[in-house]
Amino acid sequence: MTVAATDSETTGQDRKPGPAAANGYEPNMVLANQTFDIVGSRPVRHDGADKVTGRAVYGADVTLPGTLHGAILRSPHAHARILSIDTSRAEQMDGVHAVMTAGDLPDAGDKIVDVGEGDTPLAYVHGNVLAKDKVLYQGHAVAAVAASNAHVALEAASAINIEYDVLPCSLTAPDAMRPEAALLHDDLVTKELGEESNRRSNVAEHFRWTKGDVETGFARADTIVERSFDTATVHQGYIEPHTVTALWNHDGRLLLWCSTQGAFVVRDVVSTILDIPVSTVKVTPTEIGGGFGGKIPVYMEPVAALLSRKTGRPVKIVMSREEVFLGTGPTAGTHTRVKIGASADGKIQAMEAELAYEAGAYPGSFVVPGGMCVFAAYDCENVAVDGYDVVVNKPSCAAYRAPGSPQAAFAAEQVIDEVALRLGLDPVEFRLLNAAREGTRRADGPKFRRIGCVEVLEAVKNHPHYSAPLVGPNQGRGVAIGFWFNAGLESSCTLNVNTNGTVNLVEGSTDIGGTRTSIAMQAAEVLGISAQDILPEVVDTDSVGFTSVTGGSRTTFATGWAAHDAAQKVVDEMKTRAAMLWAVEPEQVEHSKGTYTANGSSATFQELAAQASRTGGPISASATVKPRGVGGSFAANIVDVEVDPETGKVDIVRFTAVQDVGKAVHPSYVEGQMQGGSVQGIGWALNEEYFMGEDGTMRNSTLLDYRMPTTLDLPMIDTCIVEVANPGHPFGVRGVGEANIVPPLPAVANAIHDAVGVRMQRLPMSPPAVWAALAKT
Amino acid sequence: MNCGPHYHERLVATVFIPSMLRPLAGDAEEIEIGGATVRDIVRNLTAAYPALGDRLLDNGQLRSNISVAIDGEISTLGLLDTVDSDSEVHFIPAISGGRRRTDADSLG
Repeated sequence: MTVAATDSETTGQDRKPGPAAANGYEPNMVLANQTFDIVGSRPVRHDGADKVTGRAVYGADVTLPGTLHGAILRSPHAHARILSIDTSRAEQMDGVHAVMTAGDLPDAGDKIVDVGEGDTPLAYVHGNVLAKDKVLYQGHAVAAVAASNAHVALEAASAINIEYDVLPCSLTAPDAMRPEAALLHDDLVTKELGEESNRRSNVAEHFRWTKGDVETGFARADTIVERSFDTATVHQGYIEPHTVTALWNHDGRLLLWCSTQGAFVVRDVVSTILDIPVSTVKVTPTEIGGGFGGKIPVYMEPVAALLSRKTGRPVKIVMSREEVFLGTGPTAGTHTRVKIGASADGKIQAMEAELAYEAGAYPGSFVVPGGMCVFAAYDCENVAVDGYDVVVNKPSCAAYRAPGSPQAAFAAEQVIDEVALRLGLDPVEFRLLNAAREGTRRADGPKFRRIGCVEVLEAVKNHPHYSAPLVGPNQGRGVAIGFWFNAGLESSCTLNVNTNGTVNLVEGSTDIGGTRTSIAMQAAEVLGISAQDILPEVVDTDSVGFTSVTGGSRTTFATGWAAHDAAQKVVDEMKTRAAMLWAVEPEQVEHSKGTYTANGSSATFQELAAQASRTGGPISASATVKPRGVGGSFAANIVDVEVDPETGKVDIVRFTAVQDVGKAVHPSYVEGQMQGGSVQGIGWALNEEYFMGEDGTMRNSTLLDYRMPTTLDLPMIDTCIVEVANPGHPFGVRGVGEANIVPPLPAVANAIHDAVGVRMQRLPMSPPAVWAALAKT
Repeated sequence: MNCGPHYHERLVATVFIPSMLRPLAGDAEEIEIGGATVRDIVRNLTAAYPALGDRLLDNGQLRSNISVAIDGEISTLGLLDTVDSDSEVHFIPAISGGRRRTDADSLG
């Protein structure tokens, strides 16, 4: 059995052979609409051998001669004024080489700086690296030590005496928005599109988008559902903790080795914080053990740099898991109200949302993209969205896979589900009836270009899972859809042709999900050679042109585009070399699949590469891109759950992830991204949360107590790749890394409702929460 | 092709006014306005609606908590970006306090 084609272009080619499922179909379908020679195939990943044999060098593996070890002292309080810091005992301890506090950072003044994610007050950036006057969350870094080994460093850090005046704390957006709530920042006022209120507040930003007239729309509705939802603070949960090794060299250059999603961002932010020329900083990105957005911010790099300058020695700092939980990430906890009205014919007449997102200690909760995504899947005339960015006494938020969108979908997609049920409509048919298409104007204003919302929903409807019977008591099925924009930004790539016909590919994008290979494949496609004949390498910031972070699902899209453009230049140069050999004009030389021909002469890429020296010397080409034409991605899930009514435990019985990826350059990696995003979404839905005491301290800052799903908790995550080509990319690529985490939260909730009839309005839907909800019925 | 200033002035883009700023633009939801770049458009908007210009600009630059989208895509060039005669221009709120929304905010 196969999934029906989702549009006239879809051929269903490249269906990967796999074990016949008990359900009678082959899992992991690929609904392709364009075919290429290399793009769309599944070569072995270039970095695979080093990864599986343990030879890959991660941040903690970096050790230079004479390395000192650093430790950070962090606040035990969620909100407190720093009255005094006494470092004298620590400084006198044997083995301690340096101690530092925020006073060692250059004065931030009132500068506004661009730190890679737009303009922000420099004081906020400094403040999150080392607290100056106040600590704003438990785990806020206050002081640091460099010592002869990590044990001495930790002991010395604990010998630093800090006197605090503990203040009341606010831990949720609604709590912090109360007029009487304690203020985190003395200078923060609410901004509304260029207008600043006079009143100090914990609300950093309020925005409102309207389209049409929601009152008129609701008046036309026959069914209206309005509910409020809350989601917990969760962490990105990358397995490798943050690490940095810094060497402030005697020649004045600062050398950094760190685990980061963006070496150039680290370079630029560190130079800004330390007020030194960007050209003095060189960052070498090590292999990365996950990031998911959480390894974009800079935390310890400026601290390690200053400790190195003080001591004249390399300084290495490695976070513990507890420090990762307390001092980095997480993503926003949220409070959201959604109201949707539809007429009896199934048309949505009005949609309204109010989103309040926790930013953590400093503004920046990703509520804006949450507001842009909350109703993105629907074409509705009357929409109103209000958003509030609220600072609270938790770690400052970092991006997490489609930042802001999953929380919004948890609310919107449950209300959509309920409206469909009340109207007696199939939930997928209801979504299809109202689905966004090319030309649909979003609530925030812009129109969609070519998108695959309808194609994804059609794939869900036609998937064998959707029509399969449930097989046990207390089982239920849920569906949901979600959206993410993806990003473009800037990328660079250089290709150096070797005389044996292989090509060294030099790039600056941290390889998180197999992008060395997906970028190499795009160069190989243009050159007409095998992916294995491209040798990709991720290099330091001195050795390649500026490249933005690996994030926003942009690397295969944008760095791949740079590789495509560089390869086109190599092809042009090969034509020139062939023309020289054959005494013809370069314009007469034709290229197809790695073979060059003219006037009856023919040579392969490898043959021309071997002649490089006698035809003009080395063949090399570089390209930089700042592409427009980014293509957004829709993803949907079909989820079967079984609820234990006695304990409230929810088991995922069957899970299918469907996503429009534009073009799957390497389908195995795309499936991995879809499965990984689904698993993180399931964890977010069912178990993960920062469990906070009333004093603002986290009570579960270990991976034993912070419950991420394991393989024992999960079924095989089946995938269905939908390819609606992005017209803005040479190979139709959209980006695949993020949209897949959006639908699991509401899809699991809808499945629980289908199973046992309770509507879960708060995350996580852990056994106690489900049990309590069942007890009320 | 004449690409001089007279040609540019004939380009007319559609600027969508955010709901919170509509009172400053005669309650208009969208305005057709001439200009070959975002800077031209903001200058012409400011001439017609001075209060609106004050909310968009600070010392001649887009305010740090406002960014611009052209034809549905966030511009990374801001005031320097070019527009076509059939372009749609949207002014979008910052992602968060003081941070201008750019593509980099779409990261994860």
